[in-house]
Amino acid sequence: MSRNFTPKVVTANALLKGDAIWLTADDRWSRHIHEAELIEDEAHSQIRLLDAMARPGEAVGAYLADAKLGALGPEPVHFREAFRTRGPGNHPHGKQETA
Amino acid sequence: MYHYNDFDRAFLATRNTQFRAQVERRIDGSLTEDEFKPLRLMNGLYLQLHAYMLRVAIPYGTLNSAQMRALAMIAERWDKGYGHFTTRQNIQYNWPELRDVPDMLDALADVGMHAIQTSGNTIRNITADHFAGAAADEVADPRPVAELLRQWSTDHPEFQFLPRKFKIAVTGAEADRAVIRAHDIGIQIRNVDGIIGYRIIIGGGLGRTPMIGQVLADFLPAADLLPYCETIVSVYNLLGRRDNKYKARIKITLHENGIEAIRDLVNERFALIRPQFSGVDQDMLRGIEAQFALPALREGDTSAFEAAKANPTFRAWADTNLATHRHPDYAIVSISLKKHGATPGDATSDQMRIMADLAARFGHDELRISHEQNVILPHVHKSDLPAVHAALKAADLATANIGLISDIIACPGMDYCALATARSIPVAQEIAQRFDDLKLEHEVGPLKIKISGCINACGHHHVGHIGILGLDRAGVENYQITLGGDGTETTVIGERAGPGFAADQIVPAVERLVMAYLDLRRDPAETFIATYRRMGLAPFKAALYPEARADAA
Repeated sequence: MSRNFTPKVVTANALLKGDAIWLTADDRWSRHIHEAELIEDEAHSQIRLLDAMARPGEAVGAYLADAKLGALGPEPVHFREAFRTRGPGNHPHGKQETA
Repeated sequence: MYHYNDFDRAFLATRNTQFRAQVERRIDGSLTEDEFKPLRLMNGLYLQLHAYMLRVAIPYGTLNSAQMRALAMIAERWDKGYGHFTTRQNIQYNWPELRDVPDMLDALADVGMHAIQTSGNTIRNITADHFAGAAADEVADPRPVAELLRQWSTDHPEFQFLPRKFKIAVTGAEADRAVIRAHDIGIQIRNVDGIIGYRIIIGGGLGRTPMIGQVLADFLPAADLLPYCETIVSVYNLLGRRDNKYKARIKITLHENGIEAIRDLVNERFALIRPQFSGVDQDMLRGIEAQFALPALREGDTSAFEAAKANPTFRAWADTNLATHRHPDYAIVSISLKKHGATPGDATSDQMRIMADLAARFGHDELRISHEQNVILPHVHKSDLPAVHAALKAADLATANIGLISDIIACPGMDYCALATARSIPVAQEIAQRFDDLKLEHEVGPLKIKISGCINACGHHHVGHIGILGLDRAGVENYQITLGGDGTETTVIGERAGPGFAADQIVPAVERLVMAYLDLRRDPAETFIATYRRMGLAPFKAALYPEARADAA
């Protein structure tokens, strides 16, 4: 493992609903970042991104996002990714509706 | 207003059928996302942070009540019961699901609307003065010209793959309420000695490299308008840069080549193109103009309006939210979508229906969307204003703040937008709430705050008296302030005041600016922008950065 590699999760938008989804270690797409596979190895992250991109019928625009390990599992690092786990701040819509 | 003919309806039906099939092929796997993306963008469907977003054009901001009701129905049936009106007179739905979008487009087509060319490197929705056809200071209604340009630019085969997006705005008055100097082409209808012609301004734009448009033709003969616009866009189509998207807008083409060189190219090409226009376009324009005739305004007693001013709530609303109509017995009503603490530009389905009802009952069935994200009833007889106000009040739509500090333009920012670098909506909400709490809004008077959540400047921050730009600085939201911007006929790009502010410091910073203005102004009649122009940046900068002043002392 590279010393400078920031852990990652694979994330995308769901094809039909358009909402944020995360790739789990058992190859599901989860709507909760806590269930995502936290990837700590750069080479493995590239393979997992390719895995995600090979599922165009489920996910759009897959990419690697920085993440860290929290109490419940992976958590976002950047505020943009944090918003994606919740939804907008001005209306109680998006993921926070069912949280 | 313009009513679709058989050709328009058939075109739209065909296009919607095509898109329905494209969606089906994407879902069944026949199309990849790379193949589908340009197709969905051509039809106004974006993929944002939390969901798809459908951007629907409201040509030159004009709607009738049936169209507004359809927008309400769509929001309720396929979205989350609200829509967001934008700075380009569009409405955005933030939560559509892919399978539903073809049905949404069919519902729009039923009322003569669509989402075509609300994305992509095409000529976008043609915008206009939101007081068009009603303003007392107008030379001519800009909407017939805007409609002619809409018909010409929609699905124009030569202009579907321009170097970059292309925005056109039209005004019929000297007072610029359509920000024409910040558009790729700005058109001002002029009347010189009884003859109608056009001032053509090109190369304005905000975004990464803000520039004020330059006059290409000061008085273009009326019959030359369409061939001249076609010439400008075709010159740009060849000359505009395709190697770098940040240098692809016509403002850069103009800047790199100079107005004289562009004018020479335009004149040369115009000589070729002009003979191809036989005058059919002018015949069409006459037909369009007939559809934009002023409604049959009624004469009548306006004493009920004068009497209602005894009520201070009505009086405050009338003072801020009414504008002068061309007919002395009428007023132009601006309905504020900027209730303190609410999201600028959002309206619920219920509110849309109430505004539609008011337009049908009191407003000759006309509504407008302003680039400042409010809704306009352009023709209301003054005797009906008390009833209109009462209905708006009951629907939480009677905020008396047009042109004041809480009438803030804000793009969706990082609450929704995939391009955003920071949030804009909460900054707008907090500023509006703060000055409402201070009860200072009316004391401060006219002041335009405009907020963008990224450098693309959908929130027009460069032309705000106070502009706020949200950026990502090392993973933290940071807000830069520009001062002295102006989006009217005296357009000015604001000056950057200095280092940015953290999210929890931006509202106090704005408060310091406004307090400084109250101290600096000569008298209550001197507005913020007038005071800024007289005093310059220095005293405002000192108020923004008190610690720097302390260090220097």
